[in-house]
Amino acid sequence: MLKSLTRRHFLSTSAGFAGAAALGGLSGPARASGDLTVGFIYVGPRDDYGYNQAHAEAAAVIKAMEGVTVIEEENVAETQDVQQTMESMINFDGASLLFPTSFGYFDPHILEVAPKYPDVRFEHCGGLWSEGMPTNTGSYFGYIGMGQYLNGIAAGHATKTKKIGFVAAKPIPQVLLNINSFLLGARSVDPTITCQVIFTGEWSMAVKEAEATNALADAGVDVVTCHVDGPKVVMETAASRDCFICGYHANQSDLAPEKYLTGAEWNWATVYKDMVEKTLAGAPIDNFVRGGLAEGFIKMSPLGPAVSDAARNQFEATKAKILDGGFAVIEGPLKDNAGNEIAPAGTAYEETDVALESMSYLVEGVIGSTS
Amino acid sequence: MSVAGDLPKAGAPSRAWVIPLAARIEGLLLPVAALLAGFAAFALFLLLLGKSPVDFFALVYKAGFGTAFSWSNTLSRAAPLLLAALCVAVPARLGLVVIGGEGAIVLGGVMVGGLALPLSGWPPLIAMPLLACMAALAGAVWIGAVGALRQWRGVNETIASLLMAYIAIALMNHMVEGPLRDPASLNKPSTAPLAEALRVGDLPGWNVHWGLAVAVLACIFAWVLIDRTTIGFAARIAGGNIRAAQVQGLPVGKLVIGFTALGGAFAGLAGYFEVSAVHGSANASLASGYGYTGILIAFLARHNPLAIIPVALLLAGFEASSGLVQRRMDLPDATMTVLQGFVFVAILASETFTGRLNLAALLTKGEQR
Repeated sequence: MLKSLTRRHFLSTSAGFAGAAALGGLSGPARASGDLTVGFIYVGPRDDYGYNQAHAEAAAVIKAMEGVTVIEEENVAETQDVQQTMESMINFDGASLLFPTSFGYFDPHILEVAPKYPDVRFEHCGGLWSEGMPTNTGSYFGYIGMGQYLNGIAAGHATKTKKIGFVAAKPIPQVLLNINSFLLGARSVDPTITCQVIFTGEWSMAVKEAEATNALADAGVDVVTCHVDGPKVVMETAASRDCFICGYHANQSDLAPEKYLTGAEWNWATVYKDMVEKTLAGAPIDNFVRGGLAEGFIKMSPLGPAVSDAARNQFEATKAKILDGGFAVIEGPLKDNAGNEIAPAGTAYEETDVALESMSYLVEGVIGSTS
Repeated sequence: MSVAGDLPKAGAPSRAWVIPLAARIEGLLLPVAALLAGFAAFALFLLLLGKSPVDFFALVYKAGFGTAFSWSNTLSRAAPLLLAALCVAVPARLGLVVIGGEGAIVLGGVMVGGLALPLSGWPPLIAMPLLACMAALAGAVWIGAVGALRQWRGVNETIASLLMAYIAIALMNHMVEGPLRDPASLNKPSTAPLAEALRVGDLPGWNVHWGLAVAVLACIFAWVLIDRTTIGFAARIAGGNIRAAQVQGLPVGKLVIGFTALGGAFAGLAGYFEVSAVHGSANASLASGYGYTGILIAFLARHNPLAIIPVALLLAGFEASSGLVQRRMDLPDATMTVLQGFVFVAILASETFTGRLNLAALLTKGEQR
């Protein structure tokens, strides 16, 4: 019943696979030399106007590349399901580069499957790969907090009530950084602006997202953004309540073109193209990959018609500063919304600072609580 | 021994064996026919979409049952489904429709996650059974409470169990993100990981964890309890007519609470294996819908714990092939849900024919002439 059995069974089952493959049962479509099959796995629907769509759009770019076959599977739960899906893609489709894109896929699922298939590369979005983990796994992510800061600048110019709102899934570091960045962006326009945050507690729960958005609008908020898997409901609800909206994950402008200011989008095509090219060339891929606006990992949606000239100027100027590098959103003196000092005067956390990946506070001016 | 078998028709003692046999054949024939009818309706649906049903079923076979990998895929999905289905089937013998097994699974998992740290240094031989028992207890208390509400307050058990599943999930989120959160789990709040020595491994030579073996044993145990003991007999009487059971002096209240608690214990055990064999810690991934698929399985198996085994394998095979069907035929992920829906409706419709096929008359036709 102990783990040692796993090793033994692994040897016996892999021998079984080799046998079955030799009989022609498992190999699936024959692979010509140089051909690469790349598997994408999504936790939700690939047309969710959000997290999954951002990955699926990049997968479509890969699909167009020479010598690459792309296979995709959506709505795969972060359970045994994803382990089986990965193995199924390897065994039936001959996939040798996998992008299981949901955060919860990494530990334990990728870490469990990867050692069984040393010739397959497992690239995971958001995880923190560290020394000692299987070398055929890796993690990549982008500094999208900068995108929310730029969203905040657009929001700061657009708001009349000086109240902006954020619909958030869970109080985890990645989300908290986005909330704080959004408010700090707005406060760079007007330091009296406040941001009300509502946590829904779920990554994808349309009813709560709609309720939260309505509650924000009722409280006088007139610009809304979010961090949930599929921002569609938040965007449509906010626009119907006559709020301006800032997108997240993917471009949501066609949901409400007049109300859409801008949006922080993933640009995974940059990452995927690079990794696929390296795999085709037989070159090694770094196990830990991070990048921001400058590296093309994230991008901003084109500014909408409601964005004023003043907003556009500040937006572009700040974007240029971010592209130059060294720009810090979390900069002292700064307090959290309970009055504790989080950054004394003279300190600054650049986007690359790993301390940001364990953020646990909401900055002064955010109305809401992490617990 | 079915009840009908003890009551042969007067004047036909020589043909008494026919009645239970006919009931058995009918019990097998109806679900199989309904299953095939569901497949046929689904094939029509595929044809309407311009897809080939032959390709579809060939892919389902290949990915669900066609190769060694397919079997390990199917079997490892079946383990939680078997236990989840028992959570529906056991109370169903009392006429109770409990659909909130998901809550018991989740709480069983949280119990294991919460005990991971306190038990980390314990010898596996003591700690592992203890963890399993505590998870089963958590599930038993949760679904047993549904039975108690039913018995003492007259609360509808179907609604209560469903709503309590939502409460259980909320409770899990609170525990996992609050008191039980491992500070090292940054972006995916989880409980502290279970010590490596306390993790449940795979069946020797298989790519499937021990939960499968335990789940099959649980099905057999439930069948013996219901079909071969006086307790089970009493439960079936109470399920048939609760007034009659009370008049007979059967302990209906104890049966209701005991059977709901037993069902919950099975689901809690599913939560134990999810954490100890699959996830390693409790987190939001525990609520992944096994409890709901279990409802479908229990109904397909007509609440017979032994029939749950093949039915769970069939449905696990469907789910195992879902990915390949998506990838090869360019069908959406919902395809398998649609197929399950067709089958479910066909099974429910087939209930109409129960007892009306008159197979007994068919079997004895020759003799009557």
